[in-house]
Amino acid sequence: MDSLDAAAVALVRAGDRDAFRPIVERYSEMLFRLAYRVTGNEADAEEIVQETFLRAYRKLDTFDGRCRLSTWLFRIATNCSLDLLDRRNLQPQPFDADPDEDENAPEERIRSHQPDPERLAYNSEIQANIHAALQSLTSVERTAFVLRHVQGHSCEEIAEALNVRSGTARQSLFRAVEKIRKFLASAMRPAV
Amino acid sequence: MRHLSQDDLILHYYREAGPGMVKHLADCPECQENFEQLSCMLSAIALPEPPPRGEDYGAEVWGRIRHKLNEGKTAMPWWALSRRWAAVATIAGLIGIAFVAGRYTSRPPANWPAKPLEATNNLQLPQKVLVVALGDYLDRSEMLLVEVAHADRPEDLDLNAQRRYASELVATNRLYRQTAQRIGDRDTDALLDQLERVLVQLEHTPQGATPTDIQQLRQEIESGALLFRVRVAQVNMRAEAKSGHRTETREDPSTPQDPTPIL
Repeated sequence: MDSLDAAAVALVRAGDRDAFRPIVERYSEMLFRLAYRVTGNEADAEEIVQETFLRAYRKLDTFDGRCRLSTWLFRIATNCSLDLLDRRNLQPQPFDADPDEDENAPEERIRSHQPDPERLAYNSEIQANIHAALQSLTSVERTAFVLRHVQGHSCEEIAEALNVRSGTARQSLFRAVEKIRKFLASAMRPAV
Repeated sequence: MRHLSQDDLILHYYREAGPGMVKHLADCPECQENFEQLSCMLSAIALPEPPPRGEDYGAEVWGRIRHKLNEGKTAMPWWALSRRWAAVATIAGLIGIAFVAGRYTSRPPANWPAKPLEATNNLQLPQKVLVVALGDYLDRSEMLLVEVAHADRPEDLDLNAQRRYASELVATNRLYRQTAQRIGDRDTDALLDQLERVLVQLEHTPQGATPTDIQQLRQEIESGALLFRVRVAQVNMRAEAKSGHRTETREDPSTPQDPTPIL
């Protein structure tokens, strides 16, 4: 743990509430970025940042210093994000049965080289579909996917953050990718 | 030949596949094709960047949560409170029984030593933490100051590393200073103030520093007998940490008796 974090933690534990300020100032933006990516919503991300610090302050006695403070805060923020997603009841939307995977697969269409304006429109269609695909994931799948795909955390780190076994974290990631793949294949299948 | 599953390919995409999978993929055109399709889809997935936050974002968050920090720490559900009252009542009952029993049993001898009421430790908790943590902080600051004080030319210093280190120490220094001010420890506040000025100067020393820049830094350290004051403070802190009492007499930092050997 770096010296500023260690000093701040020791002082807060000794009853100096204001010593928590440098921790808040240091990690707010990092937590906001994480929370925004998981929830996709600015107001929710703000709420998660605050809730993370409040939980961290109340549980600071349980922080044993074996990991970095930023890692510990990241885990709390991940859990706060999951709680919020569950509270919002973001349930998977029903999607169609298995599409024809061989013909007109979305991967083929993404790879194709089309004229620029058409390609731009197509890309925005893809992004809209990706957004919808993400909405179709459960809160755990979405969090695992965002942490792995966007934030670059390993499956081990994700497992620790979600407080599950490594295999469970991997399965959440696999399910997320599979659902996204199917969703995109279904959404981008040309109408017959 | 067993081909790689989609899960294997996902692990490979995220660079978490084992060496066996990597080797298979290198030799198998069918799996390579599948991997290319998966890779193409995953690489197209980009989430929007979070909206940027202002420079004072951390301070804004602090302003929003500061008053909430102690909420919930003392809040207790009614059933927990009733349990607590039950425990208090039980203890009070036991004390009462013990008191009555004591009246009818043997009394202690007249020369029984009374437990001294004076506190064994007159330092408050934040002060104790400050004393203990400052000892370590001053050790590290001293090492940095000694390196600078012994440098004649810029080449004698690893300026990149030392500026980074100074920057980290400045942030910690400010935190300790705030605490020292809050608990009214003026000596520590004054020492940290002087130390901070030197650290900030070092932090902002340009990469292409000239011998004059280094000379100025040395002068700043030497003019206020900073190293001497840091060492005196370290001695005092260790004594305070050991005894748990505030050291009554401090050496006058403005008149070091023999600062030369210290450098």
